[in-house]
Amino acid sequence: MAAAETPVIHAAARASLWMRPHRIALILIALAIVVASIFLMRWDWLPTYLPLALQGIWRTIWLLAVTSALGIALAIPLGLAQVIGPPILSVPAKAFCTVIRGTPLLLQLWLLYFGLGSLFPQFPWIRESFLWPILRQAWPYAVLSLTISYAGYEGEVMRGAFAGVPRGQLEAARAFGMSRWKMFRRIWLPQAIQRALPTLAGETVLQLKATPLVATITMVDIYAVASRVRQDLFVTYEPLLLLALVYMAITGILVFGFRRLEARIPNRLG
Amino acid sequence: MITQGTAPALKHTAQNGAAEAIHVENLHKRFGELHVLKGVSLSARDGEVIAIIGGSGSGKSTLLRCINCLENPTSGIVRVNGEEIRMKADSHGHTVPADRRQIERIRSKLGMVFQNFNLWSHMTLIENVIEVPVHVLGVKRETAIAGAEKLLARVGLAEKRDVYPAYLSGGQQQRAAIARALAINPRVMLFDEPTSALDPELIGEVLKVIGDLAREGRTMVLVTHEMKFAREVATHVVYLYNGLVEEEGPPEQIFGAPRSERLKQFLRNVG
Repeated sequence: MAAAETPVIHAAARASLWMRPHRIALILIALAIVVASIFLMRWDWLPTYLPLALQGIWRTIWLLAVTSALGIALAIPLGLAQVIGPPILSVPAKAFCTVIRGTPLLLQLWLLYFGLGSLFPQFPWIRESFLWPILRQAWPYAVLSLTISYAGYEGEVMRGAFAGVPRGQLEAARAFGMSRWKMFRRIWLPQAIQRALPTLAGETVLQLKATPLVATITMVDIYAVASRVRQDLFVTYEPLLLLALVYMAITGILVFGFRRLEARIPNRLG
Repeated sequence: MITQGTAPALKHTAQNGAAEAIHVENLHKRFGELHVLKGVSLSARDGEVIAIIGGSGSGKSTLLRCINCLENPTSGIVRVNGEEIRMKADSHGHTVPADRRQIERIRSKLGMVFQNFNLWSHMTLIENVIEVPVHVLGVKRETAIAGAEKLLARVGLAEKRDVYPAYLSGGQQQRAAIARALAINPRVMLFDEPTSALDPELIGEVLKVIGDLAREGRTMVLVTHEMKFAREVATHVVYLYNGLVEEEGPPEQIFGAPRSERLKQFLRNVG
């Protein structure tokens, strides 16, 4: 009987549940703001700058994806070295994380771009190398500094995550004859990643919001596009509003993606 | 109190000529200044159930953990299936396995069950059980799953196959851990105080599974505080005191007619 009475919520009923009065009011207010900003603000520049803006959005996403992926690939050995490494590995790893986390990203970016980047042309063998066409551009320095920044923060997160995996489970892996590498790959790393996932989600959102700094070294991401509109046309607020919308949309997708990842995993790790 | 039951009649008695599955000789273990094992010898022939009893700090868990080198013995001989574990001194002067491959191969023949279960919490029960067969022993996944389902059914957890360990009671987790150990088709089962972390009402279900294994003639080394259970299932009981074997013998003798004053005292305290 009880099973038969379990409420089966149909689409219409679900919509009526969702459409509570306060929600409708909020939606109307949001719509009013959107409509007002469309009609009361200046958007005539948008078609002209749209291709550049799309390219900027792509660059921002690309930069975020590449630097987060490379960063986490570095963070895993950095974290592991701090947990089980001999001093010759753990001390440099700790130092790296401390220095990176202790200095502003803008400083790191400028040291790499204006420092290292201006040092390179003084060496003819670098200037003549096949890498020079790449090294004279801004993006390698952007990728490098955002990667080491992410690696520095996440190295610390992974250290905690590795240390948090119960020793007994690693001992069980050893007791059943797993090699060190297999134990790492099958037991230790998956659990460390799962433990770190909620933190990594937040950190990746922060990383997204760090990307506009690359505009200061001439890389044209979506933030740089907004700045250009302001410089060209003295239109200030409209591009910034659009910028906010873009970052919020990317954040929404990120959070949704991470939530899906987390949902695949039992939320009660022992 | 311990009573003379009928259980020993159920016992599978090992043939005298059975091969020696585990042989430990003059084993010493030091943790720095602490001398935990002071020359212990132990032997388990095929089909024997060796129960190791003793007070807290007597070295019984350390002895068990030295058999598969979860702790590296400081000196002494450990043979599994007649194969001696080769040890060497590392740069710090600690004794470590000389050949990692050898120790991994030997470990994969010993099914260990821990006090705290130590199931892998990111895997469901069925994944826990097939993990070692598939990823260490190279069994085909389908074969391993079929075997694992049988084992889970055997420990009464067939319907929990896709559940994560955190959603199970301690008794269920320990039974799953026994299934995981059985899945490697071990030559010897090693039990390290398998019921010590359990709520009293859950101990029975785990002891029943272990008892069934003992009765079907599986070779086991069991560290336990459950004296009544040790008496029922063991073919040989070893009483450790302060890192040495104080007394050993068949359970009837150890529990029925202990000779050592310390063992008598111990049995009075736990009984």
